[in-house]
Amino acid sequence: MRRFTAFNLTTLTLGMAFLYLPILILILYSFNASRIVTVWGGFSTRWYVQLMQNESILDAAWVTLRVGLLSATIATVLGTLAAIALVRSGRFFGRTLFSGMVYAPLVMPEVITGLSLLLLFVAINFDRGFWTVTIAHITFAMCFVAVVVQSRLMSFDRSLEEAALDLGATPAKTFFAVTLPLIFPAVAAGWMLAFSLSLDDLVIASFTTGPGATTLPMKIYSQVRRGVTPEINAVCTILVAFVATGVLAASVIGKVRAPAKAP
Amino acid sequence: MAKTLGPVRRSFQPWNDPSEPAFIELRNVTKRFGEFTAVDNQSLTVYEREFFALLGPSGCGKTTLLRMMAGFEEPSEGEILLEGQPLTGVPPHRRPVNMMFQSYALFPHMNVADNIAFGLKQEGMGKADIAQRVAEMLRLVKLEEFSARKPSQLSGGQQQRVALARALAKRPKVLLLDEPLGALDKKLREETQFELADLQQDLGLTFVIVTHDQEEAMTMADRIAVMDHGRIIQVATPAEIYEAPATRYIADFVGDVNIFEGTAEPLAGGGLRIATSAGFAVEVAAAPNGAAAPARGDTVWFAIRPEKMVISHDRPAGAKEGTAPNLIEGEVWDIGYLGDVSIYNVRLASGDVVRATRLNADREVERPITWEDRVWISWRADAGIVLAG
Repeated sequence: MRRFTAFNLTTLTLGMAFLYLPILILILYSFNASRIVTVWGGFSTRWYVQLMQNESILDAAWVTLRVGLLSATIATVLGTLAAIALVRSGRFFGRTLFSGMVYAPLVMPEVITGLSLLLLFVAINFDRGFWTVTIAHITFAMCFVAVVVQSRLMSFDRSLEEAALDLGATPAKTFFAVTLPLIFPAVAAGWMLAFSLSLDDLVIASFTTGPGATTLPMKIYSQVRRGVTPEINAVCTILVAFVATGVLAASVIGKVRAPAKAP
Repeated sequence: MAKTLGPVRRSFQPWNDPSEPAFIELRNVTKRFGEFTAVDNQSLTVYEREFFALLGPSGCGKTTLLRMMAGFEEPSEGEILLEGQPLTGVPPHRRPVNMMFQSYALFPHMNVADNIAFGLKQEGMGKADIAQRVAEMLRLVKLEEFSARKPSQLSGGQQQRVALARALAKRPKVLLLDEPLGALDKKLREETQFELADLQQDLGLTFVIVTHDQEEAMTMADRIAVMDHGRIIQVATPAEIYEAPATRYIADFVGDVNIFEGTAEPLAGGGLRIATSAGFAVEVAAAPNGAAAPARGDTVWFAIRPEKMVISHDRPAGAKEGTAPNLIEGEVWDIGYLGDVSIYNVRLASGDVVRATRLNADREVERPITWEDRVWISWRADAGIVLAG
């Protein structure tokens, strides 16, 4: 069977072009010297320089980074614990309900998640801002981490933990010396996933944010409504570079740390 | 018959010494998983420095018994004692017992030396002492040059040795071994059996091994407990298990055996005559193993090992005329040539097939006895055993 027929090649090219050409154009035009976005006026990095002087965009980037780091870290801890409870605790009372509740945010429309969280914060009179966005991000990122870690735990040889216990390690010591290092690639991948989800979230952040806590996607969105500027292209290019580095790092970590299975 | 039994270590028989204290004692232990009873009200005593084997088919409860000793399972009823101290409620990491896992369970993210040192670190042993003990263990299992390797870089046999070294490093009071040689190929397994037995004697430790391989249990163990469906059926030395099995199940499970059903008829001199359903008569001197002498007309079973039967072309000289006991005539139906021995399946007039083995003591390419030959099979009066159940 020939793998690359003319038809296959065409659909592949068109599909890839549809996915990546816009991003490529965006990156290209961020180095455009002209103020008009659609006209090429020569190579320049002036928009990057201007960006570095734009306080409001830098503030938004800083908020986004803080929200991302904090929410990804907490979501990873909670998601890992949830995965362990689901895989290890056998058939405890309410397991099916717990499992459903852990995975529900995965399929829940973001608008619903955002709106319901907003109503909650309003109801308990919680001042909206940095912390509400962070809590919202933890809530929906946690289930992604749980899914990733759970699949790793399912293939985990439990006799490794039994061996550690048998050799005198306490259950806590067993977790940190044996279980965690072996599921680390999944935990790291879960963190990366949670971080990038938080980084580009617009809908939930818009619902749950308050004064002084504008995230970068919100900032970009509001600026674009007033017309696309090359400055926005520059911000997006940096964001693409950031995410691409993260994804690459995650796959490299996964390759290096995934232990070769003992035959 | 007992006088013909030759224990491997005749001097070591603590189970025959009433003053010898129990080292591991199981008292009426039952383990249930939901509706399923894995171990059913069993008691067992293992003595210090003993090499004890739990033998049985998969699902017989032997691994559950071992896991209860290690502390991974708690008995549903009854208790387990080590040196007279109850182990109930003591978690695995506080038991002076170590286990070697069937899958070896080597930590894949640690090298060989770190794997062996893991248990010692948990004890809070000093760095220098750990290094010394690890070196000693590596020497013991002949893996000195592999200390920096990861488990995935070792062969199956080497991994097995690392697992053994790791389990022995803490000098446990008891070493539990769960099918330790199951993953090795036949040749390596046989070598390792002897090495393990030697190691156990040299170290003077108590070993409890779980296996489904009767050869493995017989080669290494001082005593064997044969299990089936959550019950221990017989606890005895390998020779006793083989030569004097308690039931048909054990006779059949351990080694090769011919079993014939028959009707008992006590003889005047204290022996027993059995008219088998296969159409021949058996006369034995001994009563059934571990049961009262059967009455006239009782159904009993005669079990005889293939190597205890003598196969020949000519009718044995000493045999009585007519239908003599312990003598069968038949036709060679099938031959299995294994090199050292040949297995002959001999078909009787009744249609039953008797299996006899013949040692190939001479170098012969042509078989002295071949297919469709008329042959005689005979045996001594003490060659077989009568079983009541």
